Amino acid sequence: MVQDRDNSIVAEGLVREFKKGPRAVDGIDLRVDSGEIYGFLGPNGAGKSTTVLMLTTLLPPTAGTARVAGYDVVKEGPKVRKAIGAALQEAALDPLLTGREHLRLQMAMHGIGGEERKRRADELLERVGLTEAADRKVNGYSGGMKRRLDLALALVHRPRILFLDEPTTGLDPQSRAALWEEVGRLARQDGVTVFLTTQYLEEADVLADRVGIIDHGRIVAEGTPEQLKAEIGCSTVEALPATPEELGAVTTVLERFGTRTTGFSPGTVAVQLATSDGNLADIVRALDAEDLRLAHLQIHEPTLDDVFLAKTGRHLEGAGEEEAEVEPEPAPATA
Amino acid sequence: MTVVSSGLAVQVGYLARRSVIRTLRQPAAVFFPLVFPVLLLAVNSGGLKAETNLPGFPTDSFLAFALAVPFIQGGLFATGNAGIDVAKDIQTGFLNRLALTPMRGVALLLGELGGVMGLALIQAIFYLVIGLVFGVRLESGIAGGLVMIALAAVIALGFAAFGAYAALRTGSTEAVNGIFPVFFVFLFISSMNIPRNLMGTDWFRWCATANPVSYLIEGMRSLIITGWDGQALGLAFGIGIGVIVVGFALAAAALPERMART
Amino acid sequence: MNVSDSLAVARGVAWRQLHNAVLNPTIFFPSLAFPLLNFAAFAGGLSRVSEVPGFNFAGSYTAFQFVFVLLQSAAFSGVFSGFGVARDFETGFTRRLMLTAPNRSGIVLGYAIASACRWLITAAVITAVAFAVGMQVGGDGVDLFGLYALALLVNFAGTLWSTGVAMRIRSQQAGPVMQMPVFLILFFAPVYVPLDLLQGWIHAVASVNPLTPVMEAARGLVSGEPTKTLVAFGTGVALVLAFSSWAIRGLRRAEAVGG
Repeated sequence: MVQDRDNSIVAEGLVREFKKGPRAVDGIDLRVDSGEIYGFLGPNGAGKSTTVLMLTTLLPPTAGTARVAGYDVVKEGPKVRKAIGAALQEAALDPLLTGREHLRLQMAMHGIGGEERKRRADELLERVGLTEAADRKVNGYSGGMKRRLDLALALVHRPRILFLDEPTTGLDPQSRAALWEEVGRLARQDGVTVFLTTQYLEEADVLADRVGIIDHGRIVAEGTPEQLKAEIGCSTVEALPATPEELGAVTTVLERFGTRTTGFSPGTVAVQLATSDGNLADIVRALDAEDLRLAHLQIHEPTLDDVFLAKTGRHLEGAGEEEAEVEPEPAPATA
Repeated sequence: MTVVSSGLAVQVGYLARRSVIRTLRQPAAVFFPLVFPVLLLAVNSGGLKAETNLPGFPTDSFLAFALAVPFIQGGLFATGNAGIDVAKDIQTGFLNRLALTPMRGVALLLGELGGVMGLALIQAIFYLVIGLVFGVRLESGIAGGLVMIALAAVIALGFAAFGAYAALRTGSTEAVNGIFPVFFVFLFISSMNIPRNLMGTDWFRWCATANPVSYLIEGMRSLIITGWDGQALGLAFGIGIGVIVVGFALAAAALPERMART
Repeated sequence: MNVSDSLAVARGVAWRQLHNAVLNPTIFFPSLAFPLLNFAAFAGGLSRVSEVPGFNFAGSYTAFQFVFVLLQSAAFSGVFSGFGVARDFETGFTRRLMLTAPNRSGIVLGYAIASACRWLITAAVITAVAFAVGMQVGGDGVDLFGLYALALLVNFAGTLWSTGVAMRIRSQQAGPVMQMPVFLILFFAPVYVPLDLLQGWIHAVASVNPLTPVMEAARGLVSGEPTKTLVAFGTGVALVLAFSSWAIRGLRRAEAVGG
């Protein structure tokens, strides 16, 4: 086992099986280093939230081990909880309490009292932009405001590790960008380790230092976004001939530079390039030499969806909707 | 910054405070448990006044006879309120939020029930004042009035514990709403409207005799129309405390499954 | 108004309500449970009340309370139907009905028909229980038909009242507004003893309560000594007409805000 550091997350063979259900998590090995932002990317029902529930001690694993902040999630639950903050999939707020009252309650539970409580509440409210709305009841908050309050509550006790379960689902682009900025700041300036689950490619691409792609309860790919995309291969060129009659000729020229691929706009030809350098100029020269004109030429860089497609045979976006099962909820109390 | 571990009392205090705030911010949750029992009292004491003409009826005033019932009804509403509050916390995920803090599970129960107790005390004082304003005289005096309030708190706490248990078992407000009326069966098949010795139907009298709610009503009623009846009070407090113990034990047993943290 | 359009809409709405009730029989539970509970508590627990001097009723106390319970079940079945209307507004289903129906007053009629059908099932159960516990009936077939017809009028009135409330409030928060007046009207009538034995303010209130003649007439029919029957039917029809207007005007308000 690799030596653990204080703000790290290490899981080995993590499994969660539900009664009368599938294995929601089917043997996950992962490691998140201190101060890293780890993006856990997958479609609905892949096992992301179940993994988070296990790592945050809210669900015991069926098998395997996990250590968060150096503590075993099963045997040392209270120590884990002291070191982590979590904003789970539901905002989990009391609509009848104000934002400030939520913070007060959360801090009371963590034993933060007196002047420190007031100072910390003001600091957090300002940080998430809720100072003006602090004394309004949460049932009057927008979705973005609720998510920001959720984040503030997760930070009251200055956790070393932060778990964010789909934190920007349902948010407008502005709120999303604000949340990204705050998460990035936490990691870079405060050294907080962030474990972030998401179904949005862009979020993982922009925010995460490393990404783990999960499907059907297993990690199918892991690495930095650039490494993962590089595994897939080079860019794809998409060309729309100036006249439909030239489609064949354009195709012949482009196929000298790579392999024909499909799935792009009708009337265009797309070719995945064989190498990654200097092809665009050569392509243009080759087309010009044949006196072929284009109405449109576009280069597509590989995306994490391409990575998911290569590993699973399905696109990430829409993969969750294709699944018959949704992500199982934690086992209810037995009857 | 040093984080000091918060003691149980602090946790209970804050959760009870939250429970009280939540209740007071839902006017219907306060208004209905206060007004509905008084409305029923008005209707029944007007409609059943003639019952006092039955030989052996213990008092001339049906209002005095029936005044004990709202205290019990208030306790039953506590069942619903506590259960729905806990169920909402489960459904919204707020329980998970609390589970991630150092909060002790028993603090959640005590805190929720503490809030219910606050409302129960307000209810009890309200019913007592209504009775006094409309001419009821407490045979047990001022001390008896205080004992009535204490008994009302005991009853509310016991029923609220059952409500919390129902919520922890089912995790659903709809299920709690469905279970809550079942408790009204215990109220209806009791000595709420007529003394047991004047019940003409055998099966009903047997059921009322076996029903613990009858003794809660009779204990409360004894303070109003009799004075200090040690047996009636002993039974009422004994059953009330028994309901608390059983309800709390069931809720405490159900809590770890619902708040399944390691 | 195109009557055939209205009836077609009413049939569709009523079918859907009854179909849902069949698939989800627990929907009957509230409208059965409380009347039966009251029946057990009042007829069982308060039977000695019939020995109070001046208690003039030809039948047994069981029959006396059966009438109240029957009328209560009729009224509250109507209220519970109103809950369903409010829920339809919250889910947006009413908007779908309004978009589809060529004649929207048929929607109200459909809810009323479904409520009546559901109540008839409830009434059958309550009647069976009453006979099972030995209720003696003095009235003949015509009297009993009149009894159930009166109760049906009360059901229609309750449904139309609560539908009108639902159309105006358009959310399940309308529940208490629907329930409380019906509860008050029921319990401010001679529930436990005949009107003559009520005293003080309750006597004054019961004397002007429109449900009082209905209840007294119904008790007369069950005991075989009809009394105030015409007044009762007149009151019932008047309530139905008044609440029909209330419900239709509520429908127009809902239309004005787009459902």
